[in-house]
Amino acid sequence: MAIEDSHVRRAAHLARLAISDDQASGFVDDLSRIIDMVDQLQSIDTTGISPLSHPLDATQRLRADEVTETNQRDTFQRCAPAVENGLYLVPRVVE
Amino acid sequence: MQWETVIGLEVHVQLATRSKIFSGASTAFGAEPNTQACAVDLGLPGVLPVLNEQAVAMAVQFGLAVHADIAEVSVFDRKNYFYPDLPKGYQTSQMYHPIVGPGEVEITLEDGSTKHIRIHHAHLEEDAGKSLHEDFHGMTGIDLNRAGTPLLEIVSEPDMRSAKEAAAYLKAIHSIVTYLGISDGNMAEGSMRCDVNVSVRPKGQEAFGTRAEIKNVNSFRFVERAIAFEVERQIELIEDGGSVVQETRLFDPDRDETRSMRTKEEANDYRYFPCPDLLPVVLDQAYLDHLRSQLPELPADKRERFQNELGLSAYDANVISASRDMAEFFEAVHSECGDAKQAANWVQGELSGALNRESLSIANSPISARQLGELISRVLDDTINGKAAKEVFQALWNGQGESADEVIEAKGLKQVTDTGAIEAMIDQVIADSPAQVAQYRDSEPEKRGKMIGYFVGQVMKASRGTANPQQVNGLLKEKLDALL
Repeated sequence: MAIEDSHVRRAAHLARLAISDDQASGFVDDLSRIIDMVDQLQSIDTTGISPLSHPLDATQRLRADEVTETNQRDTFQRCAPAVENGLYLVPRVVE
Repeated sequence: MQWETVIGLEVHVQLATRSKIFSGASTAFGAEPNTQACAVDLGLPGVLPVLNEQAVAMAVQFGLAVHADIAEVSVFDRKNYFYPDLPKGYQTSQMYHPIVGPGEVEITLEDGSTKHIRIHHAHLEEDAGKSLHEDFHGMTGIDLNRAGTPLLEIVSEPDMRSAKEAAAYLKAIHSIVTYLGISDGNMAEGSMRCDVNVSVRPKGQEAFGTRAEIKNVNSFRFVERAIAFEVERQIELIEDGGSVVQETRLFDPDRDETRSMRTKEEANDYRYFPCPDLLPVVLDQAYLDHLRSQLPELPADKRERFQNELGLSAYDANVISASRDMAEFFEAVHSECGDAKQAANWVQGELSGALNRESLSIANSPISARQLGELISRVLDDTINGKAAKEVFQALWNGQGESADEVIEAKGLKQVTDTGAIEAMIDQVIADSPAQVAQYRDSEPEKRGKMIGYFVGQVMKASRGTANPQQVNGLLKEKLDALL
């Protein structure tokens, strides 16, 4: 698959990354080479091999359903730009 | 043209765990904003999620209850999108390997018939926080207490063909999750939320029409209303030469309509990928067997048993088994009085009526199952008649006495079955009503049956309602006919 400028800009927008025109053309080259490598991997016959969902050969440990956290709102909100009545304030979200 | 409606539902059920799905913060409802949002829920740098075993167990219990395949290995994925109430920038969900595979739910329709609705899958995910759009100096307020609350999203196949079927399906899911105790099912508090996929197609056509997804449908009634509106909108659109656009719509209960939610196209590109912070969840057979052995009797099984073993009608069995609290109350009443039909009548009639009037749930009934069962027993053994029973019920409801026997004693409601005493009252009534007796004597024999009602009423009044009505009827007829 050929990577074009529009793909890069779309991916950047979805990830909320601001990129300059220069950077965009650089990413086109980088991503194209990465995709080429993936295409090479795709050519390997993986019939009968189950997909890897995690590189570690381990399974998820589970946690007992207990409340272990205490209220640390004041600490957390110290680094928030704006708070009011215990709420974090963000630029207005209009649907 | 004849149109057919096709409906599929995505139901989000908030699981009743004490702590969140990936953190040890409390899930209690109604706390001060952001007092139950810890570093993990806030997505602060360096934190790692640890999966709550109870959330896994609850998802599996649901799967077992709908006869689904439980995945031996399930995997969490990241669903990426930006919104201020989602601090991490992604929702941890299960896109490709959900914990619960295909299953099915039996629904009961109004005419008592049943239908099977297939479950496509159910997956675990975390809830987002809440955005408060009231004006905070032109800003939006964010409360992250709900962020990280475990959700089970149950996705049906498009098997429903009417708004009624969709509502019945939602009720069936509600019954199952509350029976299992995996959710409080409180729709008003958002513990159960529903997205509805609706499309229409010409009757007989195989291919599905283009569907619209309706969000924000949070009551059984709204599901029916939202679908009714949406079906009409789509049919009108097509019949006027237009076509349905695949989009997300919002149901507005105040205006009783659905409206398009204009969102940017990019917003729907979630770029799912496996969450590197979580390992695959592996469940073994012994664990599933253990959970299976803990399952309570489920609504469909109860309904069948009430009908087949206790002889209740399909309607009664369905209504009573729909809520676990009501089913258990009924069973306790039945074991006290031994008469299922009477127990069902009282629970659905007098008791439900009184509970509705005072907006009480059956769990908070002022009259206990034991008290009601004993009251019914006193009707069955002829200690009191039906009229007195209602009086006893009211007294127990108001807390005037601990038991039916106590109320019967205190109010002198014991039924008079002594023939001599009843005869004396009848003689008195006949002696006091010469005009009515003459009328009775002079009327056509077939009309006398009706006229006897007057005398029965007088005798019952004289006995202050305690005489056995059947006995009064029989004796009166004998005595009046003797005067002919």
